[in-house]
This record gives sequence, structure tokens and C-alpha cells, in this order.
Amino acid sequence: MSKSKFKNPVVKWIDHRLPVFSFMDHELNHYPTPKNLNYFWNFGSLAGFALVTMIVTGIVLSMNYTAHVDYAFDSVERIMRDVNHGWLIRYIHMNGASFFFIVVYIHIFRGLYYGSYKAPRELLWILGVLILLLMMATAFMGYVLPWGQMSFWGATVITNLFSAIPLVGESIVTWLWGGFSVDNSTLNRFFSLHFVLPFVIVGVVILHLVALHRFGSNNPIGIDVKGTQDTIPFSPYYTIKDLFGLSVFLSFFAAAVFFFPNFMGHPDNYIEANPMVTPAHIVPEWYFLPFYAILRAIPDKLGGVLFMFGAIAVLFILPWLDRSSVRSSQFRPIYKIFFWVLLLDCILLGYLGAMPAEGIYVILSRVATAYYFFHFLILFPLLPYIEKTKPLPLSISEPILGGSATASAFATREKK
Amino acid sequence: MVKYSSKFFSNNILKIFISFILIGYSSVSFGAGEKINYPQLNWSFSGILGTFDRASQQRGLQVYKEVCSGCHGMRLLAYRNLKAIGYNEDEIKAFASENSVNTINDDGEVVERPARPSDKFVSPYPNDKAARAANGGAYPPDLSLIVKARPDGANYLHALLTGYTDVPTGQKVPDGMYYNKYYSGNLIGMPQPLYDDGVEYADGTKATPDQMAKDVTAFLAWASEPEMEDRKRLGISVMLFLLLLSALSYFAMKQIWAPIKKQ
Repeated sequence: MSKSKFKNPVVKWIDHRLPVFSFMDHELNHYPTPKNLNYFWNFGSLAGFALVTMIVTGIVLSMNYTAHVDYAFDSVERIMRDVNHGWLIRYIHMNGASFFFIVVYIHIFRGLYYGSYKAPRELLWILGVLILLLMMATAFMGYVLPWGQMSFWGATVITNLFSAIPLVGESIVTWLWGGFSVDNSTLNRFFSLHFVLPFVIVGVVILHLVALHRFGSNNPIGIDVKGTQDTIPFSPYYTIKDLFGLSVFLSFFAAAVFFFPNFMGHPDNYIEANPMVTPAHIVPEWYFLPFYAILRAIPDKLGGVLFMFGAIAVLFILPWLDRSSVRSSQFRPIYKIFFWVLLLDCILLGYLGAMPAEGIYVILSRVATAYYFFHFLILFPLLPYIEKTKPLPLSISEPILGGSATASAFATREKK
Repeated sequence: MVKYSSKFFSNNILKIFISFILIGYSSVSFGAGEKINYPQLNWSFSGILGTFDRASQQRGLQVYKEVCSGCHGMRLLAYRNLKAIGYNEDEIKAFASENSVNTINDDGEVVERPARPSDKFVSPYPNDKAARAANGGAYPPDLSLIVKARPDGANYLHALLTGYTDVPTGQKVPDGMYYNKYYSGNLIGMPQPLYDDGVEYADGTKATPDQMAKDVTAFLAWASEPEMEDRKRLGISVMLFLLLLSALSYFAMKQIWAPIKKQ
């Protein structure tokens, strides 16, 4: 054993037997990080912060919440009115879900722009998509818990999707509900799952971090780290940068919580669930709207469900759909344009998801859905054969053109 | 200077991202349904520094008590909550005791007792079915959350309460329905509730329907969000703290990064 780097004798004693301090020192302090990361690399740690915030506020809320159709709505209002600072905890949790998705969506588009999903980070990306999927399930079930009108009807619409499965669909829906409609047993199981899934997310996040630390962060120019001259230790450089990013993020978050807490919610959810009254428009939370638009764009129910899940499924196989070995869009002039088209397409889908499914909105939804799948299934595999990538720099610290990102990137250009 | 750090570029994408998010939000919040335009009033409680007008709230409570409470409950509000709009304990006790609630005595019999400050507002009907039966099948909604439960709630409520106009020619109004220019579909089950001098304000304010609508809306906005003033006050301190933290961490970051940037 080399001489311990810790001075504190207790730490030294523990670390010799259980090297948690060495581990943290290695992974959080000395962890070599590319020195050219921009602010888009802040969103990973922000997502981690959002997850912890959601778990902490969620546990406190669960201490005051009653998962029963007769009491759920009133117990939430009791939190808002009678529990000390209950309104603060609940508004943090409620807006926290939206901000968690904002941060994660930016994190994902960062990955798309800079090609962070490419070899050797495929599993890192796949674990990330898995986190997104788990987040969506958790957020959906959490939205049901206040038992407002949108909670109830959202749950009814989404669980009914499974009835599109041939032969066993109806049985599956009954099994999901624990009865013949969205009712008390549905609320109970959703509460149970909403409580436990975040801890599953924590587990996958840990795997995500292990995979990240295997090769370290990608960077804005997308070429591999060539040596120690390209990296700096995580602390203090990125700890302070993450702190700054967190402060800015919290400023936006606090502005929403304290001044516009219901801006991202739906007024109908302050009406208690009533199975006899259907709201005029059933709309999911904003972060599901693009997927909701895809669901409604397909005229067939089963087709709609398949395309909606397909929109996530294509993300899982993205590392193999994209045949280009140049990671960063900075060196891919055509892909760079299509990246922004995809982003606009997703925002358009989100807008269409909020609109009634009629007239021009349906046509636009179909066009936008078609583009989404075109982008992933056709553009990603074919673009490298057409696109002439720009010359890559030699290394992160030497801004000299003419280098090659990786051996494989070189090979791609050789082939042409 | 690292040539490819592309600071300029990333700053720009950040701006574009933020504007997209903002556009996305506004489209979502203004997205659903056809819009009826309500007059946009300048409420004392709107804006990030807005607070409730106590006098208006107290007049609003009077309007609720003398007009609305005949049909509409406020089941989430307790009499003790009225302390927040400026009543003292004796006034609250007196106000509560005008209502009675059922309780079970030591002999197991259901008896009535006067309501206490700790009781929730007593609803006018024992249950939803009774409420419907008494109102020609239309259910008078509970008002505890009404301002939060309607888009643009305060303006909507004020508009609805003052929206009873003469029926336009050609519009048929069935029995038990009333014409309201601000109600979705224009036919509402609630008869016009507010008339000139429908209540007599203790502070001498002239009780026009518009004044009463404003007052009862101020009262109901508070009932929906009793935490609002605390929330905004705490929000200001939190924002100041976070802006300071952002500034400090920014300059700390600049200083720590200086040697790296110089390379």
C-alpha cells in the first residue's frame, strides 16, 4: 500500500480497510476531465441534483399523503394549507418534475449534438435512455396521486393504451388497474410504484456514472483525450463550475416555485377526480406532449402506441444507427443543420400534443412524426455516406487542424 | 485560449434553447380550447410583489356569506383560517357559531352543536346529490379552489359574475338556464347572483355588482392560495440569496479557471 493521502487518523484507518475515501478522492476529486467542456456539460450534475430533490421532497410529502380515492385530493390540500411549509415542499416537488425533465431533455440533446452516444459510450447512453423511460413512468404515476381531474383522466387514457395489444390487451388493462376501471386499487399501486421507482432510478444513475467514469466525459470537439495535457482534475475546476450552474438553475427553479407555481400545471387538476365528468381536453403534462402527439398522429390505436414507444426505442439503438464516427456536430456541417431540425420537430410535436386532434393539427402531427422517424432511421445511417466532415484538430489542447478523432474516424474517411 | 471551446457558439445555442423552452411553454398554456376573452383586471394580488387587499377580502367574505353560501360550499377552508384576512379570535368564534354541525354525543345520538373555529366551513347541502336536487340538476361547485381550478381564474370569476346581459335575439334560453356572455356555451345554471346593493357593506363602499364581484374574487383568490403572501415574501429572499450565490460562484469560477484559460 502506498502512503495514505489522508491525514485524519480515523479516515486513514477506515480507508485502509474500506477504501471509500480513496474511491471518492479518485472519482470526485482527481477524476481527470477534458478541459474544454462548455456549459452544456452542467446538465448531468443538475439532473442528479433534481433527482435528489425529488426524492427528499417526495419522502416528506408521502408522510402526509393518503393514497385513497376519498382522501387523496383532500390530503394534498391539507399539505398545501395546514402542514408547515407543506405548500413549499409540494410546489418544489410539482415544479421539480418539470425542471427535472427540462434538464434531462437538454442533457439528451447535448448528447445528440456532440455525439456523446458513440463508441465507447454506447452503454452509457443506453443507461441514460433507460433512466428517461423510468422517469416517464414515475412522473406519470406521480401525476395521478393528487387525484384531480387530469390525474384521473390522464391515468384512464394512458392505461387504456395497453388495451391496443391484440388478444390480451383488455386483460392487461384490468391487471394494471387491479379492477375494471381506474379506482382505489389503481391509486394504491401507483403510489407504491411512484415511491419505489425513484430508487430504481438511483441504481441506474449509479451504473450511468460507472459507465461515464470508465472513459470520462465526451467534450465539445468530440475527440478522445490524448493525455494529461488535455485534462484537468474534476475538483476544483468542475466542482466550482457545477456550483455556478446549480445557482443559476436554482434561480430559475425558485422563480417558478415561488412566483408561478401553477404555470406548468393544469387548472383542472385542482378539481377533484370525478369519473362521471370528462374534461373537455385531456392533456398530459408538457413533458409528454411530443409523445402524445405521435400517439395521436397514427390513425390506428395499436399503431399509435407502437410508434409512441418506438420514439423511445430508436434512442436505445441510436449508437448503431449513427454510422458516422465523427462525434461532434462542429465537424459535421450537414448533421448540424438536421440536429436543429430535429429539435424544432420535437418542439413542434410538443405544441401539437397540446392542440386538439383535428384539422391542420393532425396533418402537421403526421408530418412531424414522419420526420422524427426519418431522422433516426434513415438520416442517421445514411448521412455519413454523403456528408464530408471537416478536418479534426490534433488534440484538445492543440488547436491544430488535420488530426483525426479516433482510428475509426480516420478509417471512415479512408473508405471514401 | 482553446480555439474549439466555441464559447460564442455555445452562448448562442443556450439563448436559442431558452427561447424555445419559453415558446414551448406559452404554446402549451394557451393551447387548449377556444378562448373567450375576459376583461383583464389589475388585481392587487397579481404580480410577484402583489398582496391581498384586506378590506376587499373582508367585503368578499360578506358577499360569499350573504350571497354565494346559499348554494356553494367552501369545504377546504376552516373558520380559523379567517385570521389571515384580519379577523380576531372572538370575531371568528362568533362567525363560526352562526353555523351548526352534527356530532355524536356520549349517548351515541346525533346532535347539533354550534360550529367552532376549528371546523371547516359548513356546506349548504349535506351531499352532492342534495345539492343537485335543489338546483335543477346543476351542481354548484365548491369554491375553495375555484380561482386555481379555472384558467385565468380571477378574471374569469369576475367576468362570469358580471356577465349576465340581455339575451341576444335568436338565442333560446331553456327553463332553469340563464344567459351569460362569459360562460362557455353561454347558458349557465346559476341565476344572476349580484344586484345593486345586494349586500350592505359595513365600510360604506357602494355595493355595485362589479364591486361585489371584485371583492368576492379577492376573497376566493385567497381561499385558493392562502399561502400566497408568505410564498412571495419568502421567494424574494430566496431569489436575492440565489442571485448573490450565482454572482459569487461565477467570480470564484473565473478566478479558479484563470490559469487554465491562460494556457
